Amino acid sequence: MDFKFENIDEDFRSEIKDFVEKELPWNWREQDLDPEDEKDSVLVRNFKRKLGDQGWLTMAWPKEYGGQAASHMRQVVFNEEMAYRGISAGDAGIRMVGPILMLYGTDEQKKQFLPKIASAEINWSQGYSEPDSGSDLASLQTRAVEDGDDFVVSGSKIWNSAHADSDWMFMLVRTEPDAPKHRGISFVLTELEGQEGVTIEKIPMMWDAYRGLVTFDNVRVPKKNLVGEQNRGWYVGAALLDFERSGVDRPARAKRVLEDLVAFCKVNKKNGRLLADDPVIRNELAELAVQVETTRLMCYNVAWMQSQDLIPNKEASITKVYGTETVNRLYGLGVKIMGLYGQLDPDSKWAPLKGRIENAWLRSFGGMVAAGTSEIQRNVIAQRGLELPRG
Amino acid sequence: MDLGLNEAQQMLKTSAQDFLSAECPDTYVREMEEDERGYTPELWTKIAEQGWLGLIIPEQYGGVELEFQDLVVLLEEMGRYMLPGPFFSTVVLGGMSIMDAGNEEQKQEYLPRIAEGQIIMTLALTEPSARWDAPGVELTATSNGDSYTLSGTKLFVQNAHVSDYMVVVARTGSSEEDISLFVVPTQSDGINQTLLKTIASDRQSEVVFSDVQVPSSALLGVENKGWETIQKVMQWGAIGKCAEMSGGGQQVLDMTVDYVKQRTQFGRPIGSFQAIQHHCANMATDVEGSKFITYQAAWRLSEGLPADREVAMAKAWVSDAYRRVCALGHQSHGAIGFTKEHNMQLYSRRAKASEIMFGDTDFHLENVANIIGL
Repeated sequence: MDFKFENIDEDFRSEIKDFVEKELPWNWREQDLDPEDEKDSVLVRNFKRKLGDQGWLTMAWPKEYGGQAASHMRQVVFNEEMAYRGISAGDAGIRMVGPILMLYGTDEQKKQFLPKIASAEINWSQGYSEPDSGSDLASLQTRAVEDGDDFVVSGSKIWNSAHADSDWMFMLVRTEPDAPKHRGISFVLTELEGQEGVTIEKIPMMWDAYRGLVTFDNVRVPKKNLVGEQNRGWYVGAALLDFERSGVDRPARAKRVLEDLVAFCKVNKKNGRLLADDPVIRNELAELAVQVETTRLMCYNVAWMQSQDLIPNKEASITKVYGTETVNRLYGLGVKIMGLYGQLDPDSKWAPLKGRIENAWLRSFGGMVAAGTSEIQRNVIAQRGLELPRG
Repeated sequence: MDLGLNEAQQMLKTSAQDFLSAECPDTYVREMEEDERGYTPELWTKIAEQGWLGLIIPEQYGGVELEFQDLVVLLEEMGRYMLPGPFFSTVVLGGMSIMDAGNEEQKQEYLPRIAEGQIIMTLALTEPSARWDAPGVELTATSNGDSYTLSGTKLFVQNAHVSDYMVVVARTGSSEEDISLFVVPTQSDGINQTLLKTIASDRQSEVVFSDVQVPSSALLGVENKGWETIQKVMQWGAIGKCAEMSGGGQQVLDMTVDYVKQRTQFGRPIGSFQAIQHHCANMATDVEGSKFITYQAAWRLSEGLPADREVAMAKAWVSDAYRRVCALGHQSHGAIGFTKEHNMQLYSRRAKASEIMFGDTDFHLENVANIIGL
């Protein structure tokens, strides 16, 4: 047992802190940024370029691809410090497309994309979910039909960030409709910018942001943009990528929310009594602090297992379920603590903490659904982790 | 960072499992629930031979000189096998009090005998007020020059009925923390004990001190400074309990997973139903969390780092988590799990007792509230 980061990683933590707090162009304590929201995406992109200049965005990449081959725990430090300051370091290009290309891409694809991913020049959106394929992702129906040197793609992809300054989409498409559902899927890269046949709609979400719905109407995608073997795309997309994937950003963000709520409770009253003196609120906030701490340790364990070449299957699912449900409870408690003020939207002059808590609470429901719902994760824990029989 | 067990800890864990599965099967646990002493001297001797009683006692006093985090690995397995008897009260409560506060002479006198299994010890801390804080200590020790007179009542004293010595927490002044510790032979004149019947079928007693005379040499550490030691012992005790709960939770999860794979209803194993799978997934989540939040605190205590925050968080969380694990274990087992014959109830009764011991969830959450700045 040793719960301490290496000294060099702690030094690195200070370095990031100093850099971010000096360079960050917005008041990070008072604002949450949603990189999938168009109004924030430019801000996020510009800041990411600065991080890219430091070589930090691709620290997890192997040296041969211009990365630093940083240890998993070093990545944890980076992701924690970014998330605590409201910056999403979870760039899909760097975390998914890049590593997938390293594993499955052609030399030409690597040459074409990796440098631009590394410098955050391409904004990627993820083309996995469809209106009729959510948890049962492998049932996806977007078709890609071979025609000469191209695939002709038709269908729709939903819940992505295509509307928000997105240049390319990495997508799963059906190339062999008669094969068993997992074996007729291919992984392709599609340029969205100026592409004929692509329609992007914005779906307003219940929190202050949009998600994209992209419709493909006979869109031509060059075959050279196929990644990996044709009809093996499910396995390309499901590749276990060796970057830190503990979700440590959740407890890091939650830590800041806790701090903000504690500060709020120390200066605000309810029924004439300081919130911080209310025994129920003390108990509830302390309980959430403990749950956030537990989440943090679960995340550390996932990253640590990766660092030991162990595959955190059950552990990653446990961490995702517990982490997303914990932050949902935390934000919900935050809204409640603020009483009548808790209901105010971010743009109200009366909104405490600029309405961040209210908005984040609404958004936190998304966490329990995105990237494998809590129910799917629990199935994984039970069936893969505990080896219970499939129903 | 190393969130796993080191090689020595892994060996300790394996040998503990081997030993306890052979020497402490559920039949023994059940027998001891009915036994007057609550343990057998035969097993106590074997435990001493394992070196466990002296596991964290320094070599110079006949121990193995491992760390608290190693003891936690052992306690996890003791929780899994529900080892009955005075191990915890002797090693964690009595032994660690002496290690922390004792002078050289006292260490020489008691620690080697603990390590060899010659004496059983306990801590007499709580009173009828059932408080865990300094004002809860009302039993008085009055100085008569070269001796002290102890008067008052201790309640919920673990294994007092078989202990040779008790570390008695007594009030020696009027300020809140004017508290001193005394090592008192349990057979001293003026001590009267009554066993209590408890939910976990462990052995706790009411111990009444009626003008009990002890020599000044019985004072453990410095007069009026005893509460500093007790605060540490409460932390060790809380994390020791967390370890037991964590091990117990793992066993309840394992038992439940085995059962739902075998139990058939509607023509298929109930473990194939998503409702049951999700119960099991929730149990696994609680067991996972218990382990790491306990280890983190144990590690900090071992390293001598400030651990108020981590200990409070661990005891608050694990107390609730173990209760949830047992509740879902029961729900998944159905009626059979409520029967005396089934092991499920052995765990759920102990879970409740551990939840209360060394501060319940609310007690520790109040500590957390203070620590996070509320």
